[in-house]
This record gives sequence, C-alpha cells and structure tokens, in this order.
Amino acid sequence: MDIIVCIKQVPETTDVKINPETGTLIREGVAAIVNPFDEYAIEEGLRLREKFGGKVTVISMGPPQAEEALKQAIAMGADEAILLSDRAFAGADTLATSYTLSEAIKKIGHFDLIICGREAMDGATGQVGPGIASRLGISQLTYVFKIREVDLEKGTITVERLVEEGREVVTAPLPALLTVVKDINQPRYPTFMGIRRAARMKIPVWTAKDLEGADPRNFGLDGSATKVIKVFTPPPREGEAEIIEADTVEEAAAILADRLMKKEKII
Amino acid sequence: MALLEINRDECTGCGACVDTCPFGALSLDEEGIAVVSESCTGCGACIDVCPVEALSLPEREVVEEVDLSQYQGVWFWVEQFRGEAHPISWEMAGKGRELADALGTTLTACVLGHKVEKIAQQAIYYGADRVFLVEDPSLHVYRTDPYAATLVTLVKKYKPEIFILGASTRGRDLAGSVATKLRTGLTADCTGLDIDPETRLLRQTRPAFGGNIMATILCPHRRPQMATVRHRVFEMPEPDTSRQGQIIREEPVMSEEEIATKVVDFIAEEGKVSLADAKIIVSGGRGVGGPEGFKPIRELAEVLGGAVGASRAAVDAGWIPYAHQVGQTGRTVHPDLYIACGISGAIQHLAGMKTSKVIVAINTDPDAPIFKVADYGIVGDLFKVVPALTEEFKKRLGK
Repeated sequence: MDIIVCIKQVPETTDVKINPETGTLIREGVAAIVNPFDEYAIEEGLRLREKFGGKVTVISMGPPQAEEALKQAIAMGADEAILLSDRAFAGADTLATSYTLSEAIKKIGHFDLIICGREAMDGATGQVGPGIASRLGISQLTYVFKIREVDLEKGTITVERLVEEGREVVTAPLPALLTVVKDINQPRYPTFMGIRRAARMKIPVWTAKDLEGADPRNFGLDGSATKVIKVFTPPPREGEAEIIEADTVEEAAAILADRLMKKEKII
Repeated sequence: MALLEINRDECTGCGACVDTCPFGALSLDEEGIAVVSESCTGCGACIDVCPVEALSLPEREVVEEVDLSQYQGVWFWVEQFRGEAHPISWEMAGKGRELADALGTTLTACVLGHKVEKIAQQAIYYGADRVFLVEDPSLHVYRTDPYAATLVTLVKKYKPEIFILGASTRGRDLAGSVATKLRTGLTADCTGLDIDPETRLLRQTRPAFGGNIMATILCPHRRPQMATVRHRVFEMPEPDTSRQGQIIREEPVMSEEEIATKVVDFIAEEGKVSLADAKIIVSGGRGVGGPEGFKPIRELAEVLGGAVGASRAAVDAGWIPYAHQVGQTGRTVHPDLYIACGISGAIQHLAGMKTSKVIVAINTDPDAPIFKVADYGIVGDLFKVVPALTEEFKKRLGK
C-alpha cells in the first residue's frame, strides 16, 4: 500500500505561560514536538505497511524547523519525507493549508490511503483532513478508533469511528483519508537504526514553485478565507476555591451538598 | 515577503515581542533589533505589546471574488441521530436567532434525515423562520458525502451569509468538508459569536493553545461565514410552540448507489449518560489508583445522573477506556458540574474542562493545580470523601 501521512510540528503547550503584568503570552524557548495525534497516524501507517507491504511517505507544511518532525517520523520507520516550506505558504488558515497539502499529494502521485491525526494541539480545528479529502475527491473517515479491515482486492477499508453515542463501523472505497484518535494504537519509539537513517537523510523541500499546476493565489495568507484579528488571554476563572473543612467526612459532604444544591442550584 | 513589518529605526530591542509571540517567530539579531522568521502567522499579538509601535502588518490587496451583497440570512444545521434532534442544534438555533436579529435578517434551519418532519417543526419552535427539509432513507444515518453534497447545493442555491453547526464529531466532520467545497472560511469550536455593528461581519472567538489564548477571527471576503460551536457553550433556548414558519422540501443530491461509504454497524457506548451531553461529570485521575478505584466514582455519577470522566493518566494506565478521557487529547466538556477526584489538574486536562460552570476538586494534595480553577475543594482521600458524597446525595435526592 502507498500510504501518505500528513503531520504537523506544534509548539509544546505546557511551555505557554501568561505574563502577570501585561496579561500576554510568554513562550519559554521554542520547544516543538510532533503533534501527538500525528504520532498515532504515523504508527498506523507503519502497521499497515508491515501487514501489506508498500511505502509510508510523511509530509508536512511548515517553517524549516518542521524538518525535525519529519525526521522523527523517519526514525520511527517511515520510508520517505517531504517538507513543504516557503514564505508563500505562511499565514495559511485551514483552507489554504489543505490546498497546499493536496497539491503536494497530487504531485506525489499514487496513494491508497492518507492518514492524518484527529487535530493539531495548537489550532485544534480538525479541518485540514476533511479539506484534503474534499479537494482530492476521496472518502473521508474521521475520528477513526480502529481499522478493522483493508481489502486490497475489493479496494475497501472498514473502520470503527468514534461518535458521541458510541462507535460506528463504516466501509469506504480506497483511496480514502482517515483522521485518527488516540488509542488507535501505541506509537513505537524510534529505533537506533531509524535515528541514524533520519540523521543522514536529506529531506527534500518543496516550495511554491515545485507545485507546478497549483494556483499560487490559494497558498498562504492570500489563499486564506479567515483572518485572526485579535489574540488575547481569556479572563481567569473568577475567585478562589472555597476549601471545605470539617471534622468528619460526612460533615464536609453535607456542606458541599448544600453549596451545590442550595447555592449553585445545580442538583 | 514576511508578514510582519519591523521598523528597525524605531525598535529599541526591548524584547517584549519576542516573549509574546505564540509561534516563537521573533528574535533579536546581532544589533539587538527584532527580526521575524517564516513561523510568523500574522496573528498580531506582538503589535499590541510593542511600546514604540515598531511593528505592523501591512494591508494586503484582496481580489474580491464574491459579491457579498447576494448573501443574506443566518443558517444552522440540525443534527439528528435515529430521528431525534441533538440538543446542540437548538443551542445553534438560539445563537442563530440572536445573530439574525442583530443583522435584521432571517434564520433558516437545514434538516436532513429520514422521517424527520417533526424535527423541522421543532426547528421553527426553537426560532427558525424557514426550514429546508431534505428527507430520504439514504440520509437516515449521517455520512459525509450525501450530507455535504446536499448542504453545498442548498448554500449555492440560497446563499446564506452565515452558517453555523454544532461541533459534535459529525458537525466537525461535515463542516470541514462543506467549507472546503465552498472555498469559504470555517472557524471551529467557537466560544463566542457576535455581529460587528459597523461591518456586519461575524466575529468568531475561539480558544487556541489548549485554551491558554483566545483568538477573534473574521471571514471578510468569502461566504458563507461558517463556524462550529461545541455543546453547552451557548444556552438552550425555550421553544415557542406558537411560532410559525415555512418548511420547504428540497431533494437529496446523491442517490444511495452514488454514495460510496456504507455504515455497516453501530456499537452503543457503555453507560447511560454520554460524556459529551452530560450536565454533571464525575471524573477520576491518577489518585484513583486502579480500575476498581473507579467504582466509587461511578456510584456518585449514578446517583447524580451524571457521566464518568477520566484524566489521561487513568486512561493511559488502562484503568478506564479512552472514550472517558477528558482533556486535550480526549474530549472537551462543558458540564454544569465537574467533580475532579484524584486529578492533579495538568494544563492539558484543564483544557478539556475548565469552562465547566462549577468545578469541585477532591485531592489529598492541597497544592494540586486543580484547586486553582476549582470553585469548591475538599482536601482529603477520595475513597472516603466520594462515598460520603454519594451517601449524602442519596439521602437528599431520595434514592
């Protein structure tokens, strides 16, 4: 199977702090990681390759340092990686991002399956996967919890999707696009050989010019339909916790029940 | 050309912008002057903190692609499961009504399904002036392709200026597909939607970075302006059964033979209350210690008629299935009451529940970060406190 995995390098959010004087965001250093959901996507691609043979290609759109994320995927065992990096791609919203990624996928050529993570930790929209599927005219299956079966003869894939009420079992024709959730698998650690291979690999960088046939007006900021006009810190939750103290647990429980039923009127 | 412009003469090298940039795009060069890298997304956070106004985002020329004046009206999608409307849809109706009134325009509901005429009528009671009803057996169970194709056709025909959907798994799946097919802007998981009185544009506010920052977003040049909103973020309106409206039947756009995906089975979630819908959630974390530790949690949830949640630590340890995980890599919830038992309150967990109306924390560690966001706290052993609460509520609720 030819599998393409789309990944994103995201900031590590635990580093995000708020300056108490200005109320603005402080970022300690520039720690960046592979988006956690994308690790599950890479792992699922590797497992399918182990089962059916073929190739796993990982792609990412980002600034030059996104190469580190691709190298981590190679170290896990992916066969090839491509970095889409160009100032022209910068400032992209999900519409422009899905355009850029799908144009790159068209250039890669044949694929049986595209796997993405459910959403990225920073933007958390979950929109790029569906965007790519729309543009390529293939089936999309989101919130995939398990791949039940791939039938290469019939050209179908059957998955379990998570919905609020439970899990749906859905079959779609290949090629298809999946977005996967946590717990679909346990991502493997990079191997020593993998790390060495990644360190030596020269990862190709595709710029806007390399995507011949694409309309450059659809890249980056120009190709974006949405625009961020303001960034601010949310108001903190008001007040401090009322710590309930009592001699016995039963008394504490009674006081809390009072608060919730009489004061907050929730129960 | 970089997005951000830096006036090197004005820059004093104070570094405020460097610290503020959420994307780490700014740094000081050898001369101590700010420089920007390709990581810049043009969010503008740095512009606000520069004391000497050395930073700016230049205006970019826009090719007007769409005649915006042709687009009028506010729409919302009514999600249904097995012939029953999901309450999130009525929250959209309530907010949609507000937006329509602010714009002086109409509110339209889109109802897709099989034998769902009563839902169309409910949509009117909840505030819609008009309902597009598309009924077909092929639409009984949600699938991306027929739902997206139908909504895209309706939008192209009737041209709404705003289209909102609930951010359930189906809603997000659908909105992403529809917005891309329409080549328009979509903002996910909005916590605020309002109309700018001067420009009449929809201002969409949403969290990013696990809720540590908020962003306000516009879709100025494409239509419709699309947004998804999570369950329980907006109020559920009161239905008014005296309301009148128009129900317009439209045809499905794809036949069953044309639809490539098939839903072959459905496995219901264990437990009576779904996490996403729950008004009350009792959640267990590392302090629970093992799968049996969830027993008192479940019992309290049962008495309160709530759902059971868990922190990532408990799920990763295999004590409870992933479906119960609350947090950044799990579900985001907005219950009226969230009782966190043995949960320390890591940022990623808070990202999933800190907008709950009332938070109660039970933890043996008085310094646990969860107490900083809690409204009420008990410092103690959850294995003593939680059963005591269960007993107390059993008495008071007569169970």
